[in-house]
Amino acid sequence: MKIGLLALQGDYARHEDIIRQLGWETQLVRYPKQLDALDGLVIPGGESTTMTKLIKASRFRAPILDFAQHASILGTCAGLIMLGNKQIDSQIDTFELINVEVERNAYGRQVFSFDEQIQVNVGDETQSITATFIRAPRITATGANVEILASHNGFPAAVRQGRHIGLTFHPELDDITLFHEFAFGRQGI
Amino acid sequence: MDKGSFKVKIGLAEMLKGGVIMDVTNPEQAKIAEEAGAVAVMALERIPAEIRKDGGIARMSDPAMVKGIQDIVSIPVMAKCRIGHFAEAQILEALEVDFIDESEVLTPADEANHVWKHDFKVPFVCGCRNLGEALRRIGEGAALIRTKGEAGSGNIVEAVRHMRQVQRELKELTILGTEELMARAKELGAPFEQVRQVAKSGKLPVPNFAAGGIATPADASLMMQLGAETVFVGSGIFMSEDPAHRAKAIVEAVTYFDDPPRLAEISTGLKSAMKGLDISEIPPEQRLQERGW
Repeated sequence: MKIGLLALQGDYARHEDIIRQLGWETQLVRYPKQLDALDGLVIPGGESTTMTKLIKASRFRAPILDFAQHASILGTCAGLIMLGNKQIDSQIDTFELINVEVERNAYGRQVFSFDEQIQVNVGDETQSITATFIRAPRITATGANVEILASHNGFPAAVRQGRHIGLTFHPELDDITLFHEFAFGRQGI
Repeated sequence: MDKGSFKVKIGLAEMLKGGVIMDVTNPEQAKIAEEAGAVAVMALERIPAEIRKDGGIARMSDPAMVKGIQDIVSIPVMAKCRIGHFAEAQILEALEVDFIDESEVLTPADEANHVWKHDFKVPFVCGCRNLGEALRRIGEGAALIRTKGEAGSGNIVEAVRHMRQVQRELKELTILGTEELMARAKELGAPFEQVRQVAKSGKLPVPNFAAGGIATPADASLMMQLGAETVFVGSGIFMSEDPAHRAKAIVEAVTYFDDPPRLAEISTGLKSAMKGLDISEIPPEQRLQERGW
């Protein structure tokens, strides 16, 4: 099992630590052809405007959309923004793989960033985890086929559509392996 | 709910990794920076090269100018306060800047003490020339460390010196015996607990960025290869002939820092870089890196 980290910009090194903890091989992905050898991909937190520009410059868009047809993608924060529906800001090109409306920086600037315990329903279990929200986005609407795995203050914070998962918070900052394991470890999805 | 914990502060620094933070002096420049792919902008009234030329006291920026920039970009906005000037820092926190740079580029306000950064919800970045200085700043609550380099010089030599120094001292710590750490902490002038933690992990407990003299894509690549996780570009962009093009090139150079053919492509056809200064042309008392304690 080999999981890629889209390493154009952001906290991909923290995600790499999580993947290694799960005992899987990792690959920093900076060229589209690297996707060929992978079983899954993480789009990390970072700046979605910067990621969009680098995705364009390195012609990643079509290869990632192809990859998504047969393998799972996990996106956190900016990564979720990239997986969600179109953004109003024309500087951001999303992949539209998870049918959610996402409002960027919805909690405000960094002084309003926080962590809080939230309940997560993954598989048959419900568990409480620490969720760290950094200049976090908010999911304001979910379409058909979107399963809500966790919520914060009534808004979805973790969602799944088919094989893809998006989070508004950062499990990689709290050494939480649950979502990566769920995204890439399941059988038959 | 916990706002402004050390973990939450470091969290934003983590999100800035693999990126370029650009100095901007007005909303137009901020927009150019964002469109080029900057991960954050540093709002200041004059870029370091201008501060150096103009002389006088360099202070925190006018809040109106900071707000003007916050209004126009969606990426994080940073601003600088003078070393030890906690009142400027309080004002910047009230303005909800995303990061405060307690910076040697501005004229220091306290000749002995830095800001006690744990008192704030907003994260701080501080410059350093060596490991002792880095660990003192982290002890005071800095969530991000950068090299000082020599701001406004367009000359990478000081940033290289500072990054190499920090990396060498980090490595040295990992081979010392436990009984040697107290004496080393005394030599470094660093808090013992920080020294012990670093000796174990071999790296700083917060992200480590480069600043001070970066002017070209090659400079950015050099600093990333030496261990920087992101670069700050101050005068290097808006003192150059074609800022938009150069800004975009440096953004790509940070991502592809270890790919020479791609760097060759990125570096091709850029108009002139800022002129720059040899460090020997700057009298020691005018070197910004000497500020900070």
